[in-house]
Amino acid sequence: MDFADTPGEAEFRAEAAAFLEKHAEPLTGANAVIRGRLPDDELLRRAREWQVLKAEAGFAAITWAPEHGGRGGTPMEQVIYAQEEARFAVPRGVYEIGLGMCVPTVITHGTPDQHARHVAPAVRGEEIWCQLFSEPAAGSDVAGLRTRAVRDGEDWVINGQKIWTSGAHYADWGLLLARTDPNAAKHAGLTMFVIPMRAPGVEVRRIKQIAGTSNFNEVFFTDLRIPDSARVGAVGAGWKVGLTTLMNERLTVGGSVGTDFDEIFALARDLETEDGTPAIRNPAVRERLAEWYVRSRGLKYTRFRTITRLSRGQTPGPESSIGKLVTASKMQEIASFALDLQGAAGVVMDRAVAPMQALFQETLLSAPGHRIAGGTDEIMRNIIAERVLGLPGDVRVDRDRPFSEIPAGKR
Amino acid sequence: MNFEFADELLAVRDGARSFLAKNAPTTAVRRVLEGEAPYDAATWRAIGELGWLGAAIPEELGGSGLGHEGLCVLAEEIGAAVAAIPFSSACMAAEAILLAGDAEQQRALLPGLATGETIFCLALAEGPGNPHPRAVKAAVRGGRLTGTKWPVADGGIADRAVVVARDADGGIGLFLVELAGPGVTRTALDSLDPTRNQARLDFAGAPAVPLPAARGWAAVEAVLERSAVPIAFEQIGGARACLDMARDFAMERHAFGRPIASFQAIKHKLVDIYVANELARSNCTYAAWALGADAPDLSTAAAAARVSATEAFHLASKENIQVHGGMGFTWAADCHLYYRRAKLLSLMLGGAPWWKDRLVTRLELTNAEQGA
Repeated sequence: MDFADTPGEAEFRAEAAAFLEKHAEPLTGANAVIRGRLPDDELLRRAREWQVLKAEAGFAAITWAPEHGGRGGTPMEQVIYAQEEARFAVPRGVYEIGLGMCVPTVITHGTPDQHARHVAPAVRGEEIWCQLFSEPAAGSDVAGLRTRAVRDGEDWVINGQKIWTSGAHYADWGLLLARTDPNAAKHAGLTMFVIPMRAPGVEVRRIKQIAGTSNFNEVFFTDLRIPDSARVGAVGAGWKVGLTTLMNERLTVGGSVGTDFDEIFALARDLETEDGTPAIRNPAVRERLAEWYVRSRGLKYTRFRTITRLSRGQTPGPESSIGKLVTASKMQEIASFALDLQGAAGVVMDRAVAPMQALFQETLLSAPGHRIAGGTDEIMRNIIAERVLGLPGDVRVDRDRPFSEIPAGKR
Repeated sequence: MNFEFADELLAVRDGARSFLAKNAPTTAVRRVLEGEAPYDAATWRAIGELGWLGAAIPEELGGSGLGHEGLCVLAEEIGAAVAAIPFSSACMAAEAILLAGDAEQQRALLPGLATGETIFCLALAEGPGNPHPRAVKAAVRGGRLTGTKWPVADGGIADRAVVVARDADGGIGLFLVELAGPGVTRTALDSLDPTRNQARLDFAGAPAVPLPAARGWAAVEAVLERSAVPIAFEQIGGARACLDMARDFAMERHAFGRPIASFQAIKHKLVDIYVANELARSNCTYAAWALGADAPDLSTAAAAARVSATEAFHLASKENIQVHGGMGFTWAADCHLYYRRAKLLSLMLGGAPWWKDRLVTRLELTNAEQGA
């Protein structure tokens, strides 16, 4: 075993590092905390500038083919770039959904005209995308969605509602999964479209989340008219097209950040408890620290196993599926325990006095979202059970029935 | 990045897996469970001949020179087979002799250890409690050992013991004792896991030869840390076997007109075991590398492997019984062999809380060094 790059990987890493050192600020405690706290217009401006630089240097779409404006690189190079970029304070969260999920779906299933129209502007950061799948009545059961697309001559007319749409309030384009045949079986009646988010008939309402921030939106469609040329894939093939997007989403969401071992370890060392000693002297604290350390390192070395496969040109093994499941609940437990250590002061979110500028308090409030977004903990367990362990799928009462005959429930 | 065992070691692992499936079935483990044999001598002889016991011993000292990574992949298979052999004791003794034995002792002792002809045990504990220098009362005066050690894993079947005792100056050292020699009384102890021998050893002036090359409590800790890594692989092997058993049973067992593996309560339970196993496997793989490479963070890596492997085997062995339902609670089902072994392995080097505390101590030291 060794942890070194191959010569080719080392060369790519050096190139990525040189680019980042030239154009970006190294990450420090101070600028790390600022991430995610910029006003939208400021975030968009900075993200756009950064995206242009990345595109010019060939780091914006590393694994895409050159004919789509990509570098034609390997997944391993994508990993190396991400490792290097993680050491720098660069704007994140604006282009990932488009470049990580929506546009790859268009590339895989779209027409040459759609490629020509959408791919290059996305890579250059000129257009932002959002993903329009989830609905009030279709969360984990995404295929239960009810937004209707009805054929009208050469057009489609869209009516319905989407929800939990990240970035819809500033997106230019949306990748929309809609029901085109309510009399077909649930998964067979869906079709994928690309829609212009600023067209009449699209209304975006922001959702205030429990942390007080608003990353998500509701999106309402009222007689939105789009041409048939905006369809991605065949009529009725929407579920298959959407799976491309969802698989990419789980990779993207799995890399999310929050409080982890290093933060709780630092707090436990620094925080003086009621008996005048640092919290880390307490055996109960030490036991929890050890448990989080082995989970955190276990995930790190599990990623090493995945990277080893990528480096050999293989696909990631089943172990790569555990990341999001483990990360999200660990983050929540750590944040909660960090507040316990602070006693009554744990409720104080004032950044001037709360340890680490209230990072633990903020994580406590944002962590529930990580256990839901991109596949709930329960859906992730189902996926691992069925795809990795080979266990049977759930008994389905809605299979092979026309969608219109499936009971809807009240919520 | 090459974070995987070398291809030849993976081939060794696969060979070991099929060898044990054929030659060391749980029926052989059960003969020991029922008291018909003190250990599975046929398997012990066979793996000695195959060079498994000497994997981490250099070839010039009678080993097979596979290295510590090789020892670890073999340990996983021995754990998966829940074999009734004094393997972990051999690991501990080999580390003690490699660390503290002089050249002549190594030449004299290690070839027999590697073939399995000599069975070794490590005598550390003197009653309840986790490893601590304060607990070491046994003492050697004028080459004679006096004191009582219990429990000693495999103490009733071993030929020789590596004994932790105080020397004439009151310092702690490692001593070699012939258990068939004078001044040694062995008493069998009933055990939670009867497939691994436990004994009480009373020493009344037994001849004891020091292993002089490493001394002090630090030497004992080094032996525990270094053997914790292959033993952690035994643990993840057992955890893997439990997940396989639970999965296979859940696929075949029907209730309410469907395989119980189709109920989310069972599916999610099996996934939780899978996740714990994979996290432990990743920590253990890193520790195997650190042990083979004598990495500066070996202490941390070994403790992390130990903690996560203990958690994984504990979870897998108890939930395997749960998935099996009433059948899992019977003597006839193999579930309890793993449940017993999980607890035995988790205790024999010091329990989980003790290792967690050590892990955090190591992290504090590393942090202080980096900060300095």
